[in-house]
Amino acid sequence: MMPTTAPYLGKDLVGLEHLSAAQIRAILDTAEPFKEISERPIKKVPVLRGKTIVNLFFEPSTRTRISFEFAEKRLSADTVNVAASGSSVVKGETLVDTARNLEAMRIDMVVIRHGSSGAARFLAERIPSNVINAGDGRHEHPTQGLLDMLTIRDKLGRLEGVRVCIVGDVLHSRVARSNIWGLTKLGAEVAVCGPPTLLPREIEALGVQVFTRVEEAIEWADVLNVLRLQLERMQGGYVPSLREYNRIFGVTQERVARAPRPLVIMHPGPMNRGVEIDSDVADGGQSVILNQVTNGVAVRMAVLYLLAGGAPERAEVAKHGE
Amino acid sequence: MANSAERPILLKGGRVVDPAGGVDAILDVLLVGGRVAELGHGLEAPPGAEVRVVAGLVVCPGLVDVHVHLREPGGEHKETIASGSRAAVAGGITTVCAMPNTDPPVDDPASVGYVRAAGLRAAGARVYPLGAVSVGRQGERLTEMGEMIEAGAVGFTDDGSPVSDGGLMRLALEYTLAFGVPVASHCEDRTLAKGGVMNEGLVSTRLGLVGMPNAAEEAMIARDLLLAELTGGRLHVQHVSTRGGVEMVRAAKQRGVRVTAEATPHHLTLTDEAVDGYNSNAKVNPPLRRAADVAAVRQGVVDGTLDCIATDHAPHHYDEKEAAFDDAPFGLVGLETSLGICMTELVHKGLLTLPELIARMSHNPARAFGLPGGTLAPGAAADVTVLDPDEEWVVDPTRFLSKSRNTPFGGWRLRGRVRTTVVGGVVAFEQAPHAEVARAR
Repeated sequence: MMPTTAPYLGKDLVGLEHLSAAQIRAILDTAEPFKEISERPIKKVPVLRGKTIVNLFFEPSTRTRISFEFAEKRLSADTVNVAASGSSVVKGETLVDTARNLEAMRIDMVVIRHGSSGAARFLAERIPSNVINAGDGRHEHPTQGLLDMLTIRDKLGRLEGVRVCIVGDVLHSRVARSNIWGLTKLGAEVAVCGPPTLLPREIEALGVQVFTRVEEAIEWADVLNVLRLQLERMQGGYVPSLREYNRIFGVTQERVARAPRPLVIMHPGPMNRGVEIDSDVADGGQSVILNQVTNGVAVRMAVLYLLAGGAPERAEVAKHGE
Repeated sequence: MANSAERPILLKGGRVVDPAGGVDAILDVLLVGGRVAELGHGLEAPPGAEVRVVAGLVVCPGLVDVHVHLREPGGEHKETIASGSRAAVAGGITTVCAMPNTDPPVDDPASVGYVRAAGLRAAGARVYPLGAVSVGRQGERLTEMGEMIEAGAVGFTDDGSPVSDGGLMRLALEYTLAFGVPVASHCEDRTLAKGGVMNEGLVSTRLGLVGMPNAAEEAMIARDLLLAELTGGRLHVQHVSTRGGVEMVRAAKQRGVRVTAEATPHHLTLTDEAVDGYNSNAKVNPPLRRAADVAAVRQGVVDGTLDCIATDHAPHHYDEKEAAFDDAPFGLVGLETSLGICMTELVHKGLLTLPELIARMSHNPARAFGLPGGTLAPGAAADVTVLDPDEEWVVDPTRFLSKSRNTPFGGWRLRGRVRTTVVGGVVAFEQAPHAEVARAR
C-alpha cells in the first residue's frame, strides 16, 4: 500500500497558496516525463493501477473534467464521474454526506469542482482520501495555475523574472488566484489588469501590480493570460456591455501588435471570441492556448502520481511500468 | 438546594459593584421577596435566610443582554426559549431581549404574548420580546406596535434584516414616540452587501469569498441617525462593527440625537482573519472586520459611544454550520462567553474598570430598553450576578447549556467567570465549585 499522505505534497492539493516553491517546482518537474505518455500510440501506464478516483463535479465543466479523466485513465486508475445534475446533490444531500457516502465505498482520491470557495478544503478536512481541487468558487484552481506555469516555462525556458499579466475578470477568477500564488512563489513578476469593477479589493497586497488599461499591461508584459468574461458579469452590471468590454479592455490584434516585445498569449478557456480576446490573437503565432490544454493532462498526471505517494525523481521510471 | 423568592438571601462580604448607585465597596447584600432589600456592612441574616459568603467575589446587578436570538418558535432545533434562558443565566445574564426573526416572526400581540409566557416558564433569565417593525418582517407596513407593547414587547426591530425602506423606518421612529420605546436597527444596505459572506478586504480577496464593505453598514447607520434626528425617535443601533459607524454614532450623540448603540464581544475581539480556513463559526453579520475597526469599537465602548455590550447570540445547529462557507448561516452563540471575554479583553487589559464594564453589560442596556434590573438599589428586582473576576477557565463548547455550539471562542483561556446568578431573588444558576473558590474562603 502506498501511503495516503504523499511525502511531497501532503494529503491534498487544495491550492497553491500553501505550497512551497520547492513543492510547486517538483510538480512541474514531475509533469515533464509524463508529457510523453500522451504522445504514445498506447497511452497507458500502470502507475495508479487499482486506485479508485471519483470526479465530483458540482459545476458543469468540460475541459477540466475531461483532462482529469484522461490523466487518471492514462495512469490506469479506475474512475467514476459524478455530476451534480441527476445525483443525490440535487435531492438535497449535503456536501459532507456526499463525501462520507463516497468514502464508505472505499475510494482513494476525489477530484472536486464546486461553486463555493473553500469547498475542496472542507472536503479534504473531513475524509481520509486525497482531495484535489478542480476549482472552488473564486478561490483556487491549482492544476490550472500549474499548467499555465508549465506552459510559460516551456515557451520561455524559465519563470524567474518573467512578467505575466492576468487580464480580465480577476474578481471572480479562481484561475487568477492560483496563477498569482504559483507565479510569485517561483519568482515571476505578476500583474492584473481589468476594469476596476472586476478587480478584487487590496489585490496589490498579494504582490501584484495593477493596471486598469490593457494598453499599459501589454506595454509591460511578456505573457498575457486572458480570462474569460462570463456573460453573467454584464447582467450583474460589472461592465456596461460586451461590446464596450471588447472595445476598451479586449486583447485585440491591434493592441498586441503594439507590444514592445513578442507576447505569449494564454487563455484558460473556454474563450469568448470577440469579447475578451479576438480570434486572430487566439489563433495567432503567439498563442499557446492549445499547449495549455496539452500540458493540463501532464500536470494532472503529475499531481495524481505525487499524491499517490510517488517521488518526483522516480517519475521517469514509474511511467515505464512497475 | 432549590430556593424560592420567599427565602431571603444574604450575600456577605463581596465586592459590590453597582454603577447606577455609584457603589464599589465590600458590602453585604440582602435580597428579600424577590427584591433588593438592603446594602450595608455587617447585615444580620433574617430568620430562614440563606447566607452565602462571597468574600473575594464580585456582586453586581444581573447582566442584561438586549440582543439575543432564542429561535422559538420555528427554530427549536437550534435553541428554545427555555434553553436560551438557561444558557443566559450560565453566562451571568439575568435579562435577555428576544429578537423577533423567528418563524413565524413575532409581529403581532399573540406572538409577543407567546414568547413572554414561555419566558416566564423558563426558569432562567427574564425574557422580554422585541416585536418586528414590519408585518412579516417584509419591510412594507408597520406592525400593531401599541398592542404589542401591551402584550409585553419592549421595543421593535426587523433584526436579521434592515428596514430598507427609509420611509417606513421614519414612520417606525415616529410612531414609537407615543410609547417611548426604541427601534433597534440592524444597519445594512443590502444592495451594497449583496451576496457578501464576510468582510470585504484582503482576507476575502485571498479566500475568494464575496465581501461586505464597511460602507454597507455605515450608509445605513448614517440614514438611521438622520431619521432619529428628524423624528426625535429613540434609535438603538445594533452590533456596530466599523470605525466609521462608531464615529457617526459619537457625532450624533454630541448633537443630541436620542441614540443608544451596542458592541458585541466578537466585534471587540476578532478580526476577519478569524475566517481564514473557512471557519464557518466566524461567519457572522455584520462580519468580523479589520484591526482598525476592532480598535475603534473598543474605543467606542471605552468612551461610552457604544453604551451597551450585547451578544447577538445566534445559535445554529451543528450540521447547518457544517457546510461550505457560502452555505453556512450567519451567527454565533455568545451568552455563555460574553462576560469572560469582556473581563479578559477589556477589564484585565486595562481598557475598562470593572464598574465601567458592569455599566455597559447591565445598567445601560436596561435603561436603553426600559427594563427592570440593572441596579442593586433597594427596591430593585433581585437580579444579581456573582462572579469571580480572576478565575481562569477554558471555553469548552460541549459544556454549553445552549442547544448550539457555534462559537469561534472554543479553547480560549479566559479570566473572569460567573459563580452564581440570581433572578428575582431565586438562584437560577450555580457554577460547579472549584479549588480557587475554596482557597479564597
